[in-house]
Amino acid sequence: MGLIKKVPVYAEHVPGGGFVATQLESVLSHAQACSMWYLLFATACCAIELMCTGASRYDFDRLGMIFRPTPRQADLIIAAGTITKKMAPRLRRLYDQMAEPRYVIAMGGCTIRGGPFYYDSYAVEKGIDHIVPVDIYIPGCPPRPESLLEGCLHLQKKVKAQKLADWHEK
Amino acid sequence: MSEYLAVLIFIFVGAGMVLFTFFLARILRPHNPYPEKNVNYECAELPIGNSWIKFHNRYYIFALIFVIFDVEAVFLFPWAVAFGQVGLYALVEMVIFILILLFGLLYAWKKGVLKWA
Repeated sequence: MGLIKKVPVYAEHVPGGGFVATQLESVLSHAQACSMWYLLFATACCAIELMCTGASRYDFDRLGMIFRPTPRQADLIIAAGTITKKMAPRLRRLYDQMAEPRYVIAMGGCTIRGGPFYYDSYAVEKGIDHIVPVDIYIPGCPPRPESLLEGCLHLQKKVKAQKLADWHEK
Repeated sequence: MSEYLAVLIFIFVGAGMVLFTFFLARILRPHNPYPEKNVNYECAELPIGNSWIKFHNRYYIFALIFVIFDVEAVFLFPWAVAFGQVGLYALVEMVIFILILLFGLLYAWKKGVLKWA
């Protein structure tokens, strides 16, 4: 279990093993980056843009982004919308229920710092990075689908650059 | 006999592919269970009680009776739409059909299925 983590360690003792380990790493990271299934977690108006991105004009599927209704099958939470204090523990629970490696995209102003409209509200969480570790921040209110696509491309870059040993750290 | 050998090979290859995939997933995936992760998924709520709850037996009979009337409605709608063309014959047919279903309901009623206690 989790044997893959030790591949780079073993590979050092074999001549040419480093090459094999690096190639394996890049193949696995590429495969992972090109099938990021995201959890439907849409709580406010950013969801409209998220839905628009998923529809035919922007075609999220071509990045390998397919929505899943359960965290067990998801690699990524796109937190689209205001996270209230009441919603925050639920977001954390969903994040906990996902399998590693897992990623979070904070979409829109509300998830980054409480948002432009609700910042003074006592009920709104001032940024979801208080609750879950965030990989990519996408500013906007709400961000256009192009921004979301760019954020996802950045996430793919990040995933492709990661090492096998990082899988467990996420 | 040799034709069945091919079937046997198919069975073994099929099972082997599944086992190989499970094995591959096992060595690839990170393994990190903890209590918060292992809790049942209930749309981010904490589940109340066990998910292996027992449904009352009567529930299935209720569902069965519901299905009878579900199918009846499926037949009734096209019948009602086409009623102007098909005339008296269809009316008699439909009355017989409904009477048969009604008899089923009366039988279930008599048997005490509709009492929930």
